Amino acid sequence: MTTTTDRRDGAAPPRVRRRRGVQRWHVTAALAALVLAAAASLFVGVGDLTPADVLDLDEAQARVLWASRVPRLLAILLAGSAMAVAGLVMMHLTRNRFVSPQTAGTTEWVGLGIVVATLWAGGTSVFGKMVVGVVFALVGTALFVWLLQRLVLTDVVVVPLVGILLGGVVSAATTFLAYRHDLLQTVDVWMNGDFSGVLAGRYELLWLVLAATVVAYLWADRFSVAGMGEGFAVNLGLPYTRVVMLGLAIASVVTAVVVVSVGSIPFLGLVVPNLVTLAMGDNLRRVLPVTALTGAAFVLVCDVLARTIRHPYEVPVGMVGGVVGGVLFVWLLLRARRRVA
Amino acid sequence: MIEIESVSKAYGGVRVLDDVTLTIPTGGITSLIGANGAGKSTLLSVAARLLPADSGRVRVDGLDVATTPSAVLARRLSVLRQENAMSVRLTVRELVAFGRFPHSGGRLTREDHRLVDEAMAWFELGPLADRHLDQLSGGQRQRAYVAMVMCQGTDHVLLDEPLNNLDVRHAVQMMRMLRGMADELGRTVVLVVHDVNVASCYSDRIVAMREGRLVAEGPTAELMTPELLREVFDVDVAVHELAGRRIGVPWS
Repeated sequence: MTTTTDRRDGAAPPRVRRRRGVQRWHVTAALAALVLAAAASLFVGVGDLTPADVLDLDEAQARVLWASRVPRLLAILLAGSAMAVAGLVMMHLTRNRFVSPQTAGTTEWVGLGIVVATLWAGGTSVFGKMVVGVVFALVGTALFVWLLQRLVLTDVVVVPLVGILLGGVVSAATTFLAYRHDLLQTVDVWMNGDFSGVLAGRYELLWLVLAATVVAYLWADRFSVAGMGEGFAVNLGLPYTRVVMLGLAIASVVTAVVVVSVGSIPFLGLVVPNLVTLAMGDNLRRVLPVTALTGAAFVLVCDVLARTIRHPYEVPVGMVGGVVGGVLFVWLLLRARRRVA
Repeated sequence: MIEIESVSKAYGGVRVLDDVTLTIPTGGITSLIGANGAGKSTLLSVAARLLPADSGRVRVDGLDVATTPSAVLARRLSVLRQENAMSVRLTVRELVAFGRFPHSGGRLTREDHRLVDEAMAWFELGPLADRHLDQLSGGQRQRAYVAMVMCQGTDHVLLDEPLNNLDVRHAVQMMRMLRGMADELGRTVVLVVHDVNVASCYSDRIVAMREGRLVAEGPTAELMTPELLREVFDVDVAVHELAGRRIGVPWS
C-alpha cells in the first residue's frame, strides 16, 4: 500500500486518475444483489420448496422453511457480516492488513477451547462450548498482542506469520488432544464451516455477534483513530490501550461464537475487509457497513455454491470459501503488486 | 503556558533528558534547537504525554500531563511527531476532520465542518481534499498532518520538525502559517527545528539543548551568538546581520 514512498515534493505530481472508488449506486446494486441471493437461498435444497409454494405452504413445507431454510439464511448473514467486521477491526487495531482472526491464531484457540470443553467441562452443550471458546479466543488474542509488543518487527508480513505459527502450535495441541481421546472427527466437524447443521434452536447464539457488530459500528471512529497509530491516537485524546483491547475482545468473541456455531470460514475475515478498504479507504464509519454486507454476501454465495455443486449432496461451505477466498486473495496480492510497480 | 519541572528520561541506561526545567510562556513561537540526540524530540514527546517521564513533571495551563485525562488535554494541546508512518488510507479531508475528534467525537457539527474547511484552506489542501494520503507526496502529506493538528484548535501546538519533506516554497509558507497561528490566533507554538536560521527568522524564543540538558533559553536575538551556537552545536558558526535578521553561517 505504499505507492509513494520515494516521491519527493516538487517532483511531478501524481497523475490524475479517473474518479475511482465506491459510489452510491454500487452499494445499492450490491444490496439488491444480496437481497436477491438471500431470497434464492431459501429455495435451494433437497426438500421441495418453490417461491410459488410460499403463498400456500403445506405442513411439511412450512417446517422446512421455518426450521431449516430461514434459520440457515439468518445464520449465514449473521456469521458472514460479523466475521468480516471482526477482521476489519483486527486489521485496524494491529495496523496490519494481513491480520485477521484466521491469521492471528484466534480460530485455532477456539478449536482448542472446543476440545477442552468436550473433554473436561463435560457439558457438550453449545453454550458451554461457546463460553470456553470465548475464553480461549480472548487468551489467545491477548497472547498474540503481547508477543507483538515484545518482538521488534520490521516487516509487515512477519506479524501474520507469527500469528499463523502460533495458530499452528495451538492447532497441533488440539489435534494431539483429540487424537488421544478419539475426537479427531468431532474436531473436524466443529471446525469446518458448514451451515447444513443449522436448524431452529441451534443457531440462536449467533444473534450475539449482531450485538458485537453494532458495538463495533458505534465505536467505528475510535477504531479509525486507533488505526492511525498510538501517537495520533493519544494526541486526539483516545484511551489507546483500552480501545485496542476492547476492539480485539470484540473480534475474539465474534470469532468464538461463529466458530462454535457454524465453524470456520477461511479467508472471510481477511479477504473481505481488504477488498472493501481497497475500494473505499479506511474510514471505518463509512467502510464498516459495506464490509458487513460484503461479508454476508460472500458467505451467502459460497453457501449457495456449496449446496448446488453436488446437488442433492452438500460440500462444506468452509471448503468453497477456502477456494473462492484463496483466489480472491491471490488476485488482491497481484493487484497490490501492480499498484506498487 | 507549559511548565517543565526537573524532567529526566533515560533509555536503557542512557540519559536522554537530564533534569530539564523550563517554562514556555503563552503565545508566540518557541523553537527547540540542538544537535542530533540532544533530547529535543524526547522533551517534546514528554511534554505532550506521548512518553512518560522517569521523574519530574510537566504542566500545561496548570494541568499535570501525566494525570490529566487524555481527552481533556487533547482540547488544550496538540502534537505532531516527526515520524508519521500512517498506513491508514484516509482522504485528506477525512484526516483533517479527525482533528475535531476531541471536541465532537465522530459527529461533526456545522461549526466543525467550517473549521475543517478553514484549516484546509490555510494549507492549500483544497484541490487534494478527496485524495487518499498514500497518493500524496511527502510534503503534501506533511501539510495535511499539520492542517489536522491546526484543526484541533488547541491553545498549545507542539510540532516536531514540521518542515520535514517540504521544499523551500512550502517551508516558507509553513513557517508563515505557524507565525499566523501564533500572531492572529494567539496560539502557543513550540517547534523542534534543526535549522538554526529557521529558528532565528521565525521564532520569538529559542531553547537550546545539548546532551539532554538545557544550555540556554531566551529571546531569539539574545541567543543567536557565535559563542552560544558553538556551545550547542560544537561547530564554529559565524553570525551575520542580514536585513534585520541574524543568520548563522557554519560553512567557513
